[in-house]
Amino acid sequence: MFDSAFLKTIFGRLTLESFPIHEPILLTTFVVVALLGGGVVAGVTRYKLWGWLWREWFTTVDHKKIGIMYIILGVIMLVRGFADALMMRAQQAMAFGANQGYLNAHHYDQLFTAHGTIMIFFVAIPLIVGLVNFVMPLQIGARDVAFPSLNNLSFWLTVAGALLVMVSLFVGEFARTGWLGYVPVGNLQNSPDTGVDYYLWALEIAGVGTTLSAINMVTTIIKMRAPGMTMMKMPIFCWTALCSNVLAIAIFPALTGAFLMLLLDRYLGTNFFTNDLGGNPMMYWNLVWVWGHPEVYVLVLPVFGIYSEITSTFSGKRLFGYSSMVYATVVITILSYLVWLHHFFTMGSGASVNSFFGIATMVISIPTGAKIFNWLFTMYRGKIRFELPMRWVIAFMLTFTVGGMTGVLLAVPPADFVLHNSLFLVAHFHNVIIGGVVFGLFAGIDYWFPKAFGFKLDRFWGNVHFWGWTIGYWVAWTPIYVVGLMGATRRLRHFDDPAMQPYFIIAAIGAVIILVGIIGFIMSIIVGVIRRDQLRDTTGDPWNGRTLEWSTSSPPPAYNFAFTPVVHELDTWYDMKNRGYERPADGYRAIHMPRNTGAGVIISFLALVMGFGMVWYMWWLGLLAFVAMVAVAIGHSFNRNRDYFIPADEVAGIEAKRNKQLAGAAA
Amino acid sequence: MNRLTPVRRKLASGLPLLAAPLLAGCNLVVLNPAGDIALQQRNIIFISTGLMLLIIIPVMVLIVLFAWRYRSSNEDATYDPEFDHSTSLELIIWSAPLLIIIALGGLTWWSTHKLDPFRPLERISAGRPVDPAVKPLHIQVVSLDWKWLFIYPEQGIATVNELALPVDRPVRFDLTSTNMMNTFYAPTLAGMIYTMPGMRSTMHAVLNKPGNYVGFSGNYSGSGFSDMRFRLRGLPAADFERWATGVKGSALPLNIPNYRILLRPSEKVAPILFATVDPDLFRRILERCVEPGTPCMSDVMRHDQAAGSPASTAQGHGSMPQNGRAKGAIFQSPEEKGSGPNVTKQGGPPPGQTKPGDKRNRTMSMINSLALPGDPGTARG
Repeated sequence: MFDSAFLKTIFGRLTLESFPIHEPILLTTFVVVALLGGGVVAGVTRYKLWGWLWREWFTTVDHKKIGIMYIILGVIMLVRGFADALMMRAQQAMAFGANQGYLNAHHYDQLFTAHGTIMIFFVAIPLIVGLVNFVMPLQIGARDVAFPSLNNLSFWLTVAGALLVMVSLFVGEFARTGWLGYVPVGNLQNSPDTGVDYYLWALEIAGVGTTLSAINMVTTIIKMRAPGMTMMKMPIFCWTALCSNVLAIAIFPALTGAFLMLLLDRYLGTNFFTNDLGGNPMMYWNLVWVWGHPEVYVLVLPVFGIYSEITSTFSGKRLFGYSSMVYATVVITILSYLVWLHHFFTMGSGASVNSFFGIATMVISIPTGAKIFNWLFTMYRGKIRFELPMRWVIAFMLTFTVGGMTGVLLAVPPADFVLHNSLFLVAHFHNVIIGGVVFGLFAGIDYWFPKAFGFKLDRFWGNVHFWGWTIGYWVAWTPIYVVGLMGATRRLRHFDDPAMQPYFIIAAIGAVIILVGIIGFIMSIIVGVIRRDQLRDTTGDPWNGRTLEWSTSSPPPAYNFAFTPVVHELDTWYDMKNRGYERPADGYRAIHMPRNTGAGVIISFLALVMGFGMVWYMWWLGLLAFVAMVAVAIGHSFNRNRDYFIPADEVAGIEAKRNKQLAGAAA
Repeated sequence: MNRLTPVRRKLASGLPLLAAPLLAGCNLVVLNPAGDIALQQRNIIFISTGLMLLIIIPVMVLIVLFAWRYRSSNEDATYDPEFDHSTSLELIIWSAPLLIIIALGGLTWWSTHKLDPFRPLERISAGRPVDPAVKPLHIQVVSLDWKWLFIYPEQGIATVNELALPVDRPVRFDLTSTNMMNTFYAPTLAGMIYTMPGMRSTMHAVLNKPGNYVGFSGNYSGSGFSDMRFRLRGLPAADFERWATGVKGSALPLNIPNYRILLRPSEKVAPILFATVDPDLFRRILERCVEPGTPCMSDVMRHDQAAGSPASTAQGHGSMPQNGRAKGAIFQSPEEKGSGPNVTKQGGPPPGQTKPGDKRNRTMSMINSLALPGDPGTARG
């Protein structure tokens, strides 16, 4: 009965076959997710929290709450992406010779595609954006970002993209193309099913969110710094956030444009990237890598900022070579545009083109090396406290230098000819992404968690988290470097050479050790919440920090600063503490604040519906959701009720309480 | 949950292996190749790694040293919280990596040109220049879904998934693809190069040691990709001639009907030998006009260059190659939309008829194997 034209018009290509009820692994996953999700929904309903969630969190325009929500999204998606990684490791440890493993090609190919897509777009980006969102306005002494309700919309668009990817797990299937949706594999002829459409719509929606967020952050940094904070007195994390977001604004249009052209190929039958009729798949590779390589720096630059802040704080010293750090960051930003071709040296571009891109890639290692030296000399003559954030810095420096070295090696074209697409390459980018970006994000979360919630994370479980990841990383990825040198290439689900098997088994064990690290992370939060009274920090400055965010209470009040701070020195808070800064006790004024809005949630929900309708060829649904989305956006632009004032009395009350708390702590 | 037991069993059987010296038994083929090009590429890896270790090792030592020396519990270490600038240190910080990169950049420029795959070989191996009288062996490589076709135009033969090379004779590969992008990669011979539909890439290489090796695709190209492997046989010159004569004596021709069968997606294809091959086949694959009546890309271009002249329409008919054109989703009628099933499903009874969630419902290998008429090697199923 589903064949009738009427049902096809309504449901598109969604049929009973689209639900993977034949698939044991997915069915089990669905049951688990349904039970967990049902439990959460029941709990929220039982304790009547929906209204609170909607008013205080979902519709919030407070950069701190949006930052926290981004981080929660990133952590949830990390668990999903890591589950994919465990399944791949198990498959590769088993599938040798006659043994086909437990995953067939269609399932395995979706796994590695989903793993890469999720880890970059829905783990790394949300965690970075979340930290920048939370920390940057506090560091520059601002009350919020430049466009608070746009911030809310950016977040929910990212959530809509993530949800669309998650829906593909249980309705239809995900792409089998690799994480960049390469053509010709991703062309309509070769992938007629829903996978690539899910991929493209999810990333288009999330990509718009990321671009808007980047515009927002750049505007905030340029326009909203506290008086006296010239560019060269800005905390280094803000500099790196600025460069990262400028990069993002420049590159994301290339990606969304390339995806849009592929969507046109698939939906309107155009021939941008087809093999025939004048299309050229190579052009897609160029466009996605014009985005893809700078994207690495979009992720890693803010993390370099995090390491700088932490090294300086825990060494009890100024950052060594602040201005050379800034120049290094800017140089990396510019150079990162000029290297994308090194992702396909072996396509036959010719020796001079390859040499240019190879040498440009190596040149990036000079400012990066300078940064490593700067952290090194920040530690020199310091008094280093090895709290959790600082441990991550040491682990990062030792791990990342190795990844940097293999990266420069891959930039030498003749070496790349034998290492391209190999597991050596895969080990390299996990080396820099885990050893660089992920370690830094954890360091940042450990570092700023007390600022966000007023208590530190549990130390024992924090150590489990740290050692699980560092040991796990080395156990999991050293053997992958070795099999790469044995000639194993990436994305294989089955191997012939039994000599490689022990290495894959060790790598699987390493993945399990990383799992211990992830459990440690979640436990450090849970145990931290349980023991919050012992771990409480009332000073607002638990690490003896140096930048403005530590001058506020933990958690900071909605308005961040009752009086906008005036900046004289680079390490502003350190400077204020040295000069014997006293908190003002009166003279408060009403504070102008942005009002919460539901428009972001509604528009993003409609975007999700539109994506789902288009994936399944339900044209009426896609069109309806799109029209509704535009209508809500126009309607929202006529909403004049966008701001309010926190009365001076209320500010005075909050600040008096805080002064009393501080006096109590001092006594 | 019993699907997890194989994992556990494998892990258990692997544990004793961990105790064995880990690098002793394995063959790091990338670092120990049998072809001169791969060997020179390996040398570049060694030299660059050595150059970088000059700076990496001191840095790593300093990290550990400073972290230990300046720990807060060490009362002997100097503490200077205002130390944040030193011009001489900054000079070293920037110039040390710069010097390494200048050296490495020079090496890169030189070696990239020297080892450019388009460049004809100058030597067979160290100290043995190429004899100008010897013409390189010409081999045309086509990647199909998911197997390799090798055409030997001089010998007039072709093979699938078996590449025989005479030892110490330079080889020129011309490569293209029918549908997907793959990379042609035999780690022991030379670095990889992409095969792309409608485009030709070229690679020069030489194999120096006789023996049996493997080659495969290094770029993911769809569900049969994992087993898209070919056998690489290094044969002494006389053996190679014997092998070629043997192939010529086999029964199977590579004509258009057989090529059409090859073109169908198939995986894990055992080697097939073809006694004869159309000498123009590679060009027609490259120009996407194997099917009689389809205009070749060069015809289309010639037509476009003489746009408007009625004389030019003779061959290209003003159209473009039309292989595999797909109708955009929006233009599909409701019936054409089909259904978006989960392709992991086993063919046969609809889902739910056998127990939902049963592992018998899923297939491990999706592709039918290849069967050419009259070939006992491929007909076995």
